[in-house]
Amino acid sequence: MPETATTPAIQFQGVGKRFGDNVVLDGLDFSVAAGDRVTLIGPSGSGKTTILRLLMTLEEANDGLILVDGQPYTHEIRGGKRVAIPEKRRSLVRRRVGMVFQQFNLFPNMTVLENIIEAPIHVLGVPRAEAVATAEDLLDKVGLADKRDARTTQLSGGQQQRVAIARALAMEPEILLLDEVTSALDPELVADVLAVLRNIAETTDITMLIVTHEMQFAREVSNRVLMFDGGKIIEEAHPEEIFTSPKNERTQEFLRAVL
Amino acid sequence: MSDNPQILAELLPQLGEGILVTLELTVGGALLALVVAFTLGLASRARTRWARVPSRIVVEFFRGTSLVVQIFWMYYVLPLPPFYVELDPLACGIVALGLNYGAYASEVVRGSINSVPRGQWEAATALDLGPVHRLRRVIMPQAWPLMMPMFTNLLIQLVKGSALAAYISLHDLNFFIGELRQRSSETVFSYTVGLLLYFAVAYLLTLVMNAIEVRAKHRIGAGPSLREVLRLAPPASATAASVAPPPAAVPAAKGGAQDD
Repeated sequence: MPETATTPAIQFQGVGKRFGDNVVLDGLDFSVAAGDRVTLIGPSGSGKTTILRLLMTLEEANDGLILVDGQPYTHEIRGGKRVAIPEKRRSLVRRRVGMVFQQFNLFPNMTVLENIIEAPIHVLGVPRAEAVATAEDLLDKVGLADKRDARTTQLSGGQQQRVAIARALAMEPEILLLDEVTSALDPELVADVLAVLRNIAETTDITMLIVTHEMQFAREVSNRVLMFDGGKIIEEAHPEEIFTSPKNERTQEFLRAVL
Repeated sequence: MSDNPQILAELLPQLGEGILVTLELTVGGALLALVVAFTLGLASRARTRWARVPSRIVVEFFRGTSLVVQIFWMYYVLPLPPFYVELDPLACGIVALGLNYGAYASEVVRGSINSVPRGQWEAATALDLGPVHRLRRVIMPQAWPLMMPMFTNLLIQLVKGSALAAYISLHDLNFFIGELRQRSSETVFSYTVGLLLYFAVAYLLTLVMNAIEVRAKHRIGAGPSLREVLRLAPPASATAASVAPPPAAVPAAKGGAQDD
């Protein structure tokens, strides 16, 4: 999709992140248009996952600004200084961002249904009956309607991940972050999860940021691929283009190794 | 020797009182310890230093000083100037036991909360659950079963620690054993009965605590339900057991009993 004049869903402006002496992101600039499906690729340690974690406020950037729908999210410039935005305001943006984790992270003390309705009821204030109905629809969509009252610990990895996807969608996020969601799954369980995600990509206009090693999936779902190396974007292109004829040498090397 | 059972029978009302006082000290002390443990344990994880530092000081102080001295201090020193606080002996015992074991247990609370996988915190954050909600609905239900084995340990130690109450004029089980010895003039008999009585109380509490632990684990999908355990039925499936948190996940509270 070509850049338009509309406000991007996500903007990184000079974002830097260090862990001790290790510089993970260094003055990173990029933006994602609403409805875009962007896949981040690159060698491990290149900062892809950090970007998702910054957007989920699981990490705090050391420099720069992150904007969602044009609004400062975690920090803003006031009186020429970069200051942290209070938790209350962050929370209002955070609830519009959903995340699915590599390790599923379902709550074992709740049933499948309870996992899904917890946040809609307590964070968004959705009436219980409505939250349950939505959850049941979502479970149906991910093919787990019969697991409604199951304990999460009784599910396979693939099933847990599909519940986690339903849980994230129940918040009706504008932005969905997918952090290596199939990496912890046995190979035969990957297909079901990808099918669910493909379906979401086709039937919704949620902005997606995807970190994955499933290049075929990235190719099918995303409309933009960003290649990261050393905390910087070194190549950016349409998936067809980058997967068939990468321009950057590092990209070529990386793709040769993973494809 | 043959009179012993008869003397024991005669002293039955005193035995009843002794057990009652010991149980009062134990239950009262344990409940106070639980409140102290959660207060200090949560405070020690607080972001602000104003909560963390006082909590550390209190924990280190009550862990690091003898329970006997604490009890005597509350009983003999508090009524003196400049305090003028006169507690009745039972309150003294409960407060001392509660603070001392609460300090130990706060380390259990802290360690168990820290042992809940980071992914659980992150998932709760990703759903925008607030800090209090996150702790109450997601983290605590998972930390609680981790705490139980160590709480059981501490509770048993607390029962035994409660024997010190006899030295501040309370007629607890320990006091009863002394009385039995005086009346029967049988040292071996009296103290053997004493051992058995303390063991019986401690074992009873262990059974109760084990039941609570089974229930807590079952609620996070780990292990059989209490009903299954009591029926001695075979576990429904092996899958649930695979996610049981490792028992060694909680760093042990330093030291052991100090019913010196």
